[in-house]
Amino acid sequence: MIADLFARELRVINCGLEGFAQELEQLAVPVIHVEWSPPAGGDPRKAALLAALEDEDA
Amino acid sequence: MTIASANQTVLGRLTGAEPILIDCGPARTVMGLTGRTVLHAGPPLGWETACETMKAAILCAIHYEGWAADDAEALDLLVKGEVEIAPCHAAGAAGPMTGIVTPSMPVFLVEERQSGGRAFATVNEGLGKVLRFGANDPSVIERLRWIEGEAGPLLGAAIRASGGIDLRALMAQALRMGDEMHQRNIAASALLARLLMPHLARAGRDPDALARVAEFMAGNDQFFLNLAMAAGKASTDPCLDVPRSTVVATMARNGTDFGIRVAGLGDRWFTAPVNTPQGLYFPGFGPEDANPDIGDSAIIETIGLGGFAMAASPAVAAFVGAGGFRQAVAVTEEMAEICVGEHPRFRIPALDDRGSPVGIDVRKVVETGITPLINTGIAGRMPGTGQIGAGVVRAPLACFEQALEALAALR
Repeated sequence: MIADLFARELRVINCGLEGFAQELEQLAVPVIHVEWSPPAGGDPRKAALLAALEDEDA
Repeated sequence: MTIASANQTVLGRLTGAEPILIDCGPARTVMGLTGRTVLHAGPPLGWETACETMKAAILCAIHYEGWAADDAEALDLLVKGEVEIAPCHAAGAAGPMTGIVTPSMPVFLVEERQSGGRAFATVNEGLGKVLRFGANDPSVIERLRWIEGEAGPLLGAAIRASGGIDLRALMAQALRMGDEMHQRNIAASALLARLLMPHLARAGRDPDALARVAEFMAGNDQFFLNLAMAAGKASTDPCLDVPRSTVVATMARNGTDFGIRVAGLGDRWFTAPVNTPQGLYFPGFGPEDANPDIGDSAIIETIGLGGFAMAASPAVAAFVGAGGFRQAVAVTEEMAEICVGEHPRFRIPALDDRGSPVGIDVRKVVETGITPLINTGIAGRMPGTGQIGAGVVRAPLACFEQALEALAALR
């Protein structure tokens, strides 16, 4: 399946680390970079607090 | 009420506020500041933990009031608890840098027409050796006495004769003229002078006194700063009683701690050690001379101006060392990521007339790690040095993390 993927023309959406997108750009692979980082810098406790406060809006 | 609807209520109050300048008079009578009280900027502060700049300003204020003949006597009064120090915010005021207010100082009175609330700010002293930067010598007291005896009464008479000045309309216009109302108030000060001068001329019986006040206003590009702060204070205080809201209603610094208050959490302060501003220094000064972040003026960012409106003021972006126009736009766009809305009246021509971002959401700050960016003057660390530069400073993330914990605990 991986081999099939790389055998086709790649169009990539890259989330998070921009370096991956830059590498692909240098190889002329079409890529859109999405700036993303885990909520609260990846701190699970703060992410849980945020999730609890987000839930109230639902 | 859900958080979303509570935040919309706060956004409506922040952006719908109508701050009107209606008077200028002694703090003793206008704001009921009595006894031996010295108000200071920022969250509550103990004498022992105050920075040297703040300490020098408090001692000078005690001199000015005539409660002590010298610094030693003034210090003795403080140690014995015979002079009380309290935050401006607890008394309805907002003060730049050290933010000192004492009973004899004239203060502007701003009334917020939607809530009927009132806010106060002193008359900006200008540059050089001034109390707000911690200067403590006879020239500082001489200027304060002139403001008390001549400028304050004339300004009060002119403001009363004007029938009130709509500060929101004035600030919206100044924003379109390149001010962000924190580090640049040239347009706002000129607009204010234009409105006040006819009334000042009629109020002043002594042409020389009138000329001195006119020169004082014309010689201070930041004359309007204190009024922008009073407008901010009048606009944010009515937000402090909206349960469940996660929107920031106060940001302030006392030179030791940065403090925030949140609309859904009332009068409670969440504090963390202040950062030191980064920016450009006047000749002869450098980062090692800088006092840590100080002043109530971050109330201006709280209402969507200052750093949040950087795109409206590329001249300020360069002045504070934040770069050119593109960087100014990037700052405003970054601040939009942590806000719940845009100001319908504070519109930025360079952003296709979009409103400045307003209503800082504690959740968005913690989620993204983006902290509010504040434009600020840089005070000298040595008391009396005055302003040594201008720059930007970030609010500490820890304040917002503590507030998030408190909001979650209420659930």
